[in-house]
Amino acid sequence: MKSKALFLIILASIALPAFGQASVKIGELNSYKVFPAFLEPYKKGMELAVEEINRSGGVKLQLVSRDDGGTPGDAVRVAEELIARERVNALMGTFASNVGLAVSNLAAQRKILFLASEPLTDKMVWENGNRYTFRLRPSTYMQTAMLVPEAAKLKKRRWAIVYPNYEYGQSATASFKKLLSEAQPGVEFVAEQSSPLNKIDAGAVVQALAEAKPDAIFSSLFAADLQKFVREGNTRGLFKNTAVFNLLGGEPEYLDPLKDETPEGWWVTGYPWSEINTPEHKAFRDAYQKRWMDYPRQGSVVGYAAVHALAHAVRKARSTDSEKLVEALKGLQMQTPFGPIVWREIDHQSTMGAYVGQLARKGGKGTMVNWRYADGAKFQPSDQAVRALRRE
Amino acid sequence: MSGSAVLLQFLNGLAGASSLFLVAAGLSLIFGVSRIVNFAHGSLFMLGMYLAVWLAERFGFWASVPLAAVAVGALGALIEILLLRRIYRAPELLQLLATFALVLLIKDFALWAWGPEDMLGPRAPGLAGAVGIAGRQFPQYELFLIVLGPAVFAALHFLLTRTRFGVLIRAATEDREMVGALGVNQRWLFTTVFALGAALAGLGGALAIPREPANLEIDLGIVSDAFVIVVVGGLGSIPGAFLAALLIGEVKAFCVGFGLAEITLAAEFIVMAVVLVLRPWGLLGRPLHEARAAAAGELHAPTRLMLALPLALIVVPLVSDAYTLVLLTDVFVFALFAVSLHFLLGPGGMVSFGHAAYFGLGAYAAALLVLRWQLPMELALLAAPLAALAGAALFGWFCVRLSGIYLAMLTLALAQIVWSVAFQWDAVTGGSNGLVGVWPAAWLASKPAYYLLTLALGTLGIACLWRIVGSSFGYALRASRDSPLRAEAVGIDVRAQQWTAFIVAGTFAGLAGALAAFSKGSISPETLSVPRSVEGLVMVLLGGVNALSGPVLGAAIFTWLEDLVSREIAYWRAALGAVILLLVLVRRWSFR
Repeated sequence: MKSKALFLIILASIALPAFGQASVKIGELNSYKVFPAFLEPYKKGMELAVEEINRSGGVKLQLVSRDDGGTPGDAVRVAEELIARERVNALMGTFASNVGLAVSNLAAQRKILFLASEPLTDKMVWENGNRYTFRLRPSTYMQTAMLVPEAAKLKKRRWAIVYPNYEYGQSATASFKKLLSEAQPGVEFVAEQSSPLNKIDAGAVVQALAEAKPDAIFSSLFAADLQKFVREGNTRGLFKNTAVFNLLGGEPEYLDPLKDETPEGWWVTGYPWSEINTPEHKAFRDAYQKRWMDYPRQGSVVGYAAVHALAHAVRKARSTDSEKLVEALKGLQMQTPFGPIVWREIDHQSTMGAYVGQLARKGGKGTMVNWRYADGAKFQPSDQAVRALRRE
Repeated sequence: MSGSAVLLQFLNGLAGASSLFLVAAGLSLIFGVSRIVNFAHGSLFMLGMYLAVWLAERFGFWASVPLAAVAVGALGALIEILLLRRIYRAPELLQLLATFALVLLIKDFALWAWGPEDMLGPRAPGLAGAVGIAGRQFPQYELFLIVLGPAVFAALHFLLTRTRFGVLIRAATEDREMVGALGVNQRWLFTTVFALGAALAGLGGALAIPREPANLEIDLGIVSDAFVIVVVGGLGSIPGAFLAALLIGEVKAFCVGFGLAEITLAAEFIVMAVVLVLRPWGLLGRPLHEARAAAAGELHAPTRLMLALPLALIVVPLVSDAYTLVLLTDVFVFALFAVSLHFLLGPGGMVSFGHAAYFGLGAYAAALLVLRWQLPMELALLAAPLAALAGAALFGWFCVRLSGIYLAMLTLALAQIVWSVAFQWDAVTGGSNGLVGVWPAAWLASKPAYYLLTLALGTLGIACLWRIVGSSFGYALRASRDSPLRAEAVGIDVRAQQWTAFIVAGTFAGLAGALAAFSKGSISPETLSVPRSVEGLVMVLLGGVNALSGPVLGAAIFTWLEDLVSREIAYWRAALGAVILLLVLVRRWSFR
């Protein structure tokens, strides 16, 4: 009798949090003040997902969102606050590589799940990868790899490269040179320009690139740097007979401000939100537009999918314990607005992809044409190479 | 580089120089007359940009440029009348703090008015195209800028040398009390000069919008550029500013032209450091006429309560949650940092804009000792300040040869150079990502343990610094500050005192940095960036320079405010700015 009651109590204590009332608190931190163009839509995507999940019942999500100050030191303090005071079940967010890596390292130290939604750095899942960190977006390496087949097809010999001088730009450049040299032996890299983030001296950079007389250019510029580069390059005729590849250039966050100056024919990775008509994307787009009276950006998809990923993990784990959530996320398959993705067991990278296409102008606005979806699963180095990089 | 490439990069440099000159000229004028180091000059430039973009949509680009300049000039007059006029007699540092509060207010105003996204202006109608030069396409608008810079210079030169107003400005730059004594209405003169300087900043901003999107980060970037140019040219010298703008504009363009990316980040600061070491008053500057400032006030000793505080803080881990400990750990780290800065700035009389360099050197040394040389964490923590000591010894040797604002700018330049090394030297410092995995040893890893460690070392460090202030060395140092001449006469080696002070302050900042590194588990170049130095200054000034315990209080208030307010209030910078202004205006905060 006594043992039976005890059994029931134990059963209840296990079952109760798992079914029905399972309440999860997500501690989200991001550099809202520093990268607002990307993160405002991101926040809207997150909130939409939270509302959907809470309406459907089952898992109850609570989102605590904080500004991380944009620096690793502040971000770590904010994360500590979320862990210690808010007692969140998982951390999520961050934008810049250095902030993401610092929070990822803290998560490993405190043994709490961290879903890095946005940072692109390869190190997040490879050199600095750890048990508690998972990353949603396609990494710098993956997105670069998506552009390389198109770049190799053009059979251009002389390439010039321009990139923002920090980890993202540096690793995009390194990956591009490596992958293109493999795909097209004999290719030459005739000029390389790196400029301080948000402070490109566009006139001088465009001039220096033009001097090298390249057949093609690979750029990983974005935001204000991209705007300045495009304007100077247009004025100075740099793009006239030169093919250009620009990482992230098709994301509405960075494409829309270019308006009627959008350079035609550039190959980019991005998100042609108005033209993707798969059922899963249509459903997302309709819901988003209905909720926010605005169209979704790349950031919206990231925020939306990241929150759903955590909800999936909680459902699969039937628990909010970080160790169990980590196990649940490994190999988890789920649906996103971009189609199905898998969270790779080997390096905790999701296989979410990106759209590869060309820029065009339509009615004074930039848009993507000739696009196709590049599935993230197909643009990965060999498992052996990943294992060599990842020291766990 | 081919000949035509050199020509075109030279033209690029000229265009850049023109933009830089407009901002720097205004700053130089203002400093020359009012001796105010206007930290908010970049904010006025930024405001000019936003206004011009906004006005250009309504009235077209060419109308927006003069309108924006006039509007910013009017705002400048208002700032002078309502704020600066009340604090001309206050110590320089208080003025600096007041203009810093303006930076915060203007930034949040722009955020509120125009939103967070970058706004690129239209191309200039009529000058949107390019002309062929040496077989290349060169933008017409850049040519326009190349002509405009010298034109503004000529106009200013005419104003200063050929008009009565100009004579008065030059006289005031030379000796403002004498101008007042001769019956010139100083109030009117100061207001006009400030408005003129602000209008030039606004004009510079408005003219920049076809080349650069208006954004919220540009204020500090521009003001540091402008400072560099004004200091390289010589404070208060318009021809000097013009020359320096040319020099720096060209250096920047050719760094890009030759593909010297590693140097581009710090190019202007390298130029400034070299110029200041060779010519302590800039290219065309002259030794400053000392304004007849009141001697620094009495230094208040900490109260008994303050001394008992560390004992009381020992029990905190028993009664509080883990996050309070995290926050208090930050407070102790910054208190030590602020006290070390105060040591240099109060008793030492040397304002440093680059104190974060030593904080960062300590942090990086600690991380490298643990990660690369596998040293035990305890040892690394104690050895790390030695790196800061070495850095301070090297930099201090150069810095103490200068004084006042020149000294401050050299510390800034050297700190920027250290920053760019940390940012670029991937193999050792981890580049922009920094170094991760810098955690304390197991027995110190828990929050309460690390809290107590920081409390102990922070208290010890602060006690040491206070003890030194009260020692005979401390008195010699203060004598060197208050009257270098008399100090020399009684046999004190002024430079040796100052250099020692530099080393002491740097070492303890390094200890603070090492403590910070282990509390966060990671470090990145931001630990030694300019904003960190500015934060330190704000903490010191917030607490009051004339009390030894001021910086501790300032660090506590700042850290607590930042944490609380940034979570609760969207416009926390403006809130902080308003608090600072209030303190400045109402209480003249503990400066008396």
